[in-house]
Amino acid sequence: MTALKPATPGQTIGPFFGYALPYEGGENLVDRTHPAAVRLHGRIFDGAGVPVPDAVVEIWQVDEKGAISDRPGSINRDGYNFTGFGRAAVDGAGAYQFTTVEPGGERPFFSVVVFARGLLDKLHTRIYVPETVDLTVDPLLSSLPPERAATLIAEREPNGNLLFDIVLQGDEETVFLDFD
Amino acid sequence: MKESPNSAVVEDQDPLATTATQAQISAEIATAHEAYRNGRLTGSPARDKVEIDFAPYRSSLLRHPTKDLHHADPETIELHSPAFGHRDVADVEADLTIQHSGEPLGERMVVTGRVLDGDGRPVRHQLVEVWQANASGRYIHKRDQHPAPLDPNFTGTGRCLTDENGVYRFQTIKPGPYPWRNHTNAWRPAHIHFSVFGSEFTQRIITQMYFPGDPLFPLDPIYQSILDADARDRLVASYDHDLTTPEYSLGYRWDIVLTGTKRTWTEPEGGDE
Ligand SMILES: [Fe+2]
Repeated sequence: MTALKPATPGQTIGPFFGYALPYEGGENLVDRTHPAAVRLHGRIFDGAGVPVPDAVVEIWQVDEKGAISDRPGSINRDGYNFTGFGRAAVDGAGAYQFTTVEPGGERPFFSVVVFARGLLDKLHTRIYVPETVDLTVDPLLSSLPPERAATLIAEREPNGNLLFDIVLQGDEETVFLDFD
Repeated sequence: MKESPNSAVVEDQDPLATTATQAQISAEIATAHEAYRNGRLTGSPARDKVEIDFAPYRSSLLRHPTKDLHHADPETIELHSPAFGHRDVADVEADLTIQHSGEPLGERMVVTGRVLDGDGRPVRHQLVEVWQANASGRYIHKRDQHPAPLDPNFTGTGRCLTDENGVYRFQTIKPGPYPWRNHTNAWRPAHIHFSVFGSEFTQRIITQMYFPGDPLFPLDPIYQSILDADARDRLVASYDHDLTTPEYSLGYRWDIVLTGTKRTWTEPEGGDE
């Protein structure tokens, strides 16, 4: 499909987004007391294995029944309605975290976009949940070699958390997606 | 590492940062651009996107994927976008000059334009966020060490929702250029950072808007990381005298075009508004 108008190019988020983009409650899609609440967390690493301390991670997801929200309120949450969008800036150790529910439905994954100083354009990826992922049926995962597909599947920690590290470069590089 | 007497923006401990001269950086940019132009002459496709692998921007060296991006067909949630509304964004957030008790210093300006998808359709009621340095080139961010004055009347962040026609509009002051530590005597052209959502999450974009005729353009490895001259031009606003208000504020126009929509082709549901 050919776009009629050429798209505006991206540019790096730069170093000084910290007072502009993060907002209170951005990383809490649900309250931690929600019966289905899960902690989704991880770190971002560069090509030398060093944590990236100036990045933003956004997630966009269906709810636990697979429903896509069309409700506003991701910036000013009301505490009741699930909007499906979260934004988290990493901390000084390159770590991000969200409190959310696990996506349900037929294609259960978190859609993810990453921005960082030093990264000239956004990067899209997905996070799959280990118990619900189907490597043979999922069109994306089945098109990847197993070791590459594995970079898109979160790890279930003993305490129930989901751990998902994002590696920007190198042997362990996360699979990043191009939709165009 | 020796502290520069004129302490500029801290660009971390990137090993190659600060050691190169502008002449070296400019030569690297020229080499990359020449290779692109020669490729175009021999039939290589245009490159409309920014290059994520662009060594003159030293911080990119270890932060860009080296494996090819994997082509994927967007599915389910990726074909939709989060919704934002007046619950999230107040109208006053579009005016960066009224956030404090006094008026900020600098050239008052308006920037407005449309957010369009790749098919030319307006992106309605969607979130646009901006952030910028003050008139002297200083961000309020605590990591900005540039010894230019902060302005107690300017924070430099704004938000708005696009209207029925995809139009956004901000009242602000013109940001100043600022030094950074990519190389010796490195200066960023004046710019406003934009964060935009489309009608599909695949269209999410963060970019920077520049001002026409900036003499720092040829020297800046971030701006020049877009190899195609026409594509670079798309980041430059145009001065629009019709947007200028008599005895008050200059006006700039800048449209943002997102990538094409996929939903109508892959999901029969249609009727997305
Ligand atoms: Fe900037």
